[in-house]
Amino acid sequence: MSVTSLLAISLGAILTNNFIFAQFLGCCPFLGVSKKIDTAVGMGAAVTFVMGLASAVCYGVNIILVKLDLGYMQTVAFILVIAGLVQFVEMFLKKNIPTLYTALGVYLPLITTNCAVLGVALLNVQNNYNFIESVVYGITGGLGFLLAIFLFAAVREQLEFADNPKAFDGFPIALVTAGLMALAFMGFSGLKVW
Amino acid sequence: MNFGKQFKDGLITQNPVLVQLLGMCSTMAITTSFFNGLGMGVSVLIILTLSNIFIALLRKIIPNEVRIACYIVVIAGFVTCVDLLLKAFVPALSNSLGVFIPLIVVNCIILGRAEAFANKNTVAASAVDGICQGIGYTIVLIIMCVFRELFGSGKFGGGLLGGGGLGAAPGIVIFPEEFGMKLLTLPVGGFLTLGALIAVMQWALAKSEKKKEAK
Repeated sequence: MSVTSLLAISLGAILTNNFIFAQFLGCCPFLGVSKKIDTAVGMGAAVTFVMGLASAVCYGVNIILVKLDLGYMQTVAFILVIAGLVQFVEMFLKKNIPTLYTALGVYLPLITTNCAVLGVALLNVQNNYNFIESVVYGITGGLGFLLAIFLFAAVREQLEFADNPKAFDGFPIALVTAGLMALAFMGFSGLKVW
Repeated sequence: MNFGKQFKDGLITQNPVLVQLLGMCSTMAITTSFFNGLGMGVSVLIILTLSNIFIALLRKIIPNEVRIACYIVVIAGFVTCVDLLLKAFVPALSNSLGVFIPLIVVNCIILGRAEAFANKNTVAASAVDGICQGIGYTIVLIIMCVFRELFGSGKFGGGLLGGGGLGAAPGIVIFPEEFGMKLLTLPVGGFLTLGALIAVMQWALAKSEKKKEAK
């Protein structure tokens, strides 16, 4: 493992293999919490934090599972760990950063069911990443999510004033926007790192 | 309980994907071939029905404060069963869906139906609800698959039809691949197709609403 391989993982997670635009992980909060830039960024930051933490903890959990020959319990164990972590983050924010806690509101517990979080834990195992690679992949994947949701929220704020066909009001036009952004992100697929 | 109404709700008026806007991730991610869409739809249908039945059975025992965690454990258990069964009996499907099979755990449709329906209704009604919602989801997946496959690569029924093994079958060629809109088979196509489908649904629902008002 070298710095370049870590760099390659990071660039891949943020740009070429963006969790939203290339892998479709975490679309629900991406579409649900992107009406305002402030909450979108808060959500993105919280997801990044949970993804980094989840990658680290799930790496340990996976080692224990493999040792005990319980590999088939992976999904159940991971989702429980993630639910616990989200609960922990929720309590921490409530006590220390109450403003962010109230801003995120109901979406905070919903991070548990964000497929990007469980996805990153499963992908780490699938790709055979070691501890540092897992954490880097988790954090940069979260940053990719943050970038995507921030850009999307910025566009969506303007969409409010757009004159689109009536049938496309609300969700459909947002999806079309996301599609066009995915098209833009595809431009990064030519990016080669060493 | 009115089963006919439940069926109509699941398929059209309360379609999980097109109207309730749940489970978007898997809908856009795996609808690249007919085989994937059908496999995913049926898997979700089975898991949704089982988890609905189970949660309806346990609805009086589960304490309100920790209900979400309980639901997730129940769902994760069923997902693990289906995951292992697919790995054993339909490895082709398990390979092509990859990480999206375990990710059914966090598919909002299942948790959403548990929260909105199964914890308030009887076992029988929850089972019917699971089946109807599952069929609604499967139909949307299949429509998206057929559309993306046909216009993207000029094929129909990839992975199932046209000879060859399960999952490896090339599908029936309708027109040569180089004339297809390659865009639709890429992630972009998922967003655009789903956006267009939801728009059609909104249009149709608004129209039927107007008809009712006119009467």
